[in-house]
Parts: sequence; C-alpha cells; structure tokens
Amino acid sequence: MTAPPDDCLARNEWICGEYLSTRRHILVDAVVQHLQLTAVSVLIGLAIALPLAVVARRWGWAAGPVLAVTTILYTIPSLAMFSLLLPVYGLSATLVVAGLVLYSLTLLVRNILAGLRAVPEETRQAARGMGYGPIRLLLTVELPLALPAAMAGLRIATVSAVSLVTVGAIVGFGGLGNLIYAGMNTYFKAQVLTASVLCVVIAIAADLLLLLVQRLITPWTRAVRG
Amino acid sequence: MNTLTDAWHWLTDSAHWSGDDGIWHRLAQHLVLTVVCLVISCLIALPVALVLGHLGKGGALAVNISNIGRAVPTFAVLVLLLLTPIGKWGEGPTVVALVLFAVPPLLTNAYVGMREVDRDVVRAARGMGMTGPQMLFRVELPLSLPLLMNGVRIAAVQLVATATIAALAGGGGLGRIITAGFNLADTAQVVAGAVLVAVFALLVEGVFEVAERLAPRWAGRAR
Repeated sequence: MTAPPDDCLARNEWICGEYLSTRRHILVDAVVQHLQLTAVSVLIGLAIALPLAVVARRWGWAAGPVLAVTTILYTIPSLAMFSLLLPVYGLSATLVVAGLVLYSLTLLVRNILAGLRAVPEETRQAARGMGYGPIRLLLTVELPLALPAAMAGLRIATVSAVSLVTVGAIVGFGGLGNLIYAGMNTYFKAQVLTASVLCVVIAIAADLLLLLVQRLITPWTRAVRG
Repeated sequence: MNTLTDAWHWLTDSAHWSGDDGIWHRLAQHLVLTVVCLVISCLIALPVALVLGHLGKGGALAVNISNIGRAVPTFAVLVLLLLTPIGKWGEGPTVVALVLFAVPPLLTNAYVGMREVDRDVVRAARGMGMTGPQMLFRVELPLSLPLLMNGVRIAAVQLVATATIAALAGGGGLGRIITAGFNLADTAQVVAGAVLVAVFALLVEGVFEVAERLAPRWAGRAR
C-alpha cells in the first residue's frame, strides 16, 4: 500500500491498488464465473441430494449404499475427480460443475438424512394420528424439522464448493482459480493474492448469507433458544 | 469407452512405471509426503488439542479453525507459498500447505474427543487422587481415542487430496501424472493418473477403516 500506484505492478508487489483499477474487468468476470459455477453446482447437488436422502430415510436398506457411494466419491481428490470426468465432458464448465455436484452430494445427503432421522417418533405419530398421509407428513412435518441440519450441510457444501472451484483452473474454468493459475505461471504476486483473498471473501459472504436465510426460514429455532 | 482402454494401455505400459517421472517414483513421493506431513501435523496438533481439551479452554478456537480451513482454497495457499521465499526450497510449499490443511481436522476432533469424555468419569478419577497428567494419559486420552483417530483419518485423506493439487503448483506426487497429461493433451494419461490417485486415496481410507474395525478387539485383549 505504501508504494505509489504507478509502479507497484512493475515492482511485482503483493498488494497493488493499480492492479485493482486496471484489471477490474478481469476480476469481475472471474468472480462472476466463480459465483455461477458454485451456485449451479450446489443447486444441482441439492436437487439430487434431497430425493436421495428422502429415499434413504423411507427405505432403510437404501441408506447404506447411498452413504457408501457418496463417501467414496468424497474420498477421491478433486484434481482426480475432474480428470476422471474429462473423457465425458471434455474441457468445459460442465466438467467442473459435475465434479462439484458429486462433492456436494456427500455433505448434503449426510446432513439432510441426519435431520430427517432426528425428527422425533412422537411427532411423526402425532401427525399420523391427525390423519396426515406420507407425502403431507414429509412436506409439512419432517422436512421443515430437518431444515436446520440440512442448512448446516448446505453451508458446508457451499463453502467447500467455493474453495474447490479454483481447481477447475486445470481445465480453464476455475473462476478466480484461473487468475491464480495464470498468476503462478507469470509470478504475478498481486494477481495471486487478490484472487485468493476474493475466494475467501466469497466463501465467508456465502456462509453468512445462508446463515441469514436459515434464520429467516427457521424462526422457531431462535424462539426455543430464547 | 475408448478412453478407458487407452488409459488401461497407458497404465500397463511398463515404460510409464520406471524413471523419475514414472509411476513408482511418483507413488513413493506421494506416500512419503503424506506420511511425513501426517506425522508433523500430529506432533503439532495433538499436544495442543490434548492440553486445551484437558484444561477445557480454547474450545471456540479449536472448532472454528476447522471452518476457516474449509474456506481457504488449497490451490490458492499452494500458489501463495510458491511465490514467497519458501517456494525456493523444492517441496517446501507443498509440505507447509499439507501441514496447514491437516492440522484443523486433527485439532478439532481431538479437542471434541477430549471434551466428550464423561465428566463423571473424570470426576471419579480426580476423586481417586489422580494428578492432572495421570488423568490426561490414563483416562481422557484412552476414552477420546476413537474421535482422535477419526481426526487422523480425515487428515490423512485431506493430505492425499492436497498432495495431488500440489502438482498444479509444481509439487511432486501422483498429481504430476495428471498435470503432465493435461500439458500433453493426452486424455489417456490424465485418466490413468486420476485412477491411480483415486485408488491411492481409497486405499488410505481403507487402511483406516480396517484399523478402526480391529482396534476395539486389541483394546479388549490388552485388558
């Protein structure tokens, strides 16, 4: 910050105001791509995880295989996961999204299932006694009660996805990861630091946003705690 | 699938297994990096977690450090370290990054394990006249071992994954086969490398799974 903005780029400093003003478009594009990749992956992950968790809850025998498969997927390192998908999707944004979906599945399925399992049996019986059918029981009793656990999973999945998008730089679709990758090859310190900090900022902002959403859609959890 | 047969041919070609870029050498690098960094991380994280857990202090720190670790991209840390003076000593950035990402799960799990030891048991131990260190090593540590080992397992899997990404920033290990494949636009090599990494990661997870299943029996026999 102490250097005059004219030549901090030339001197390759870590913190450089000139970099921010001259490369604003590149940064904005990278952030937008980062947000898109994260949001699309987590939403698709959620759309797949929810039915999987409901199935695993309803039919006990399905829980073992579902959890086993998602755990195995989660164990595979991200770089290898993207590489394994290369023959299927080629060098595309779809590849990164597919990889991230597979990762978020583990976290989401596990948390949604834990939330559904934590619904007290008495509550379920009371609903049944009031004449609730299985669908209505699921939609109006079980899922709302599973929300806090599901949201916790969603937050972890989102923060992880923000961080993992950077590895997508290997196929050229890594959002801010592209800038880090390019900055590494050219020893461009300001670019690497700026992109890294932005990644963390996005992760924290996304986490706080989801926390806020969680508070708004589950007001009863606050009421209980007082 | 054509690519799969190509990848299979790549893997079964003995020329790809020998030499400095060969699979055996990369596998050895990956294994050494994982084991060495796991030991270093345990030496750093476990004493801190055990003492904090025993004293019941610093809980918020131990738990939050895990969340912070998740928000920081591995790749970004690797590249940042590469551009600092640490980047000049070979595998330096890789080792530092590996340790940084292995410490949080170790710390959090060991701390939570210590705190979840039944308070009545701890009080009974104190009532029997045990000193602090005696309580720590004879009561709290054995009882928190399952969670502590779970932390070691998570850390080990994390280390394998991080060591793979290290290849993007010029580090050694199996990831290099993947990055070299990308540079050569050789899909078969990329897939072959990815299969090797995935199998290695699953084997590490499997070793811990087996160890976990055998552990209670050993404990039973020891008594």
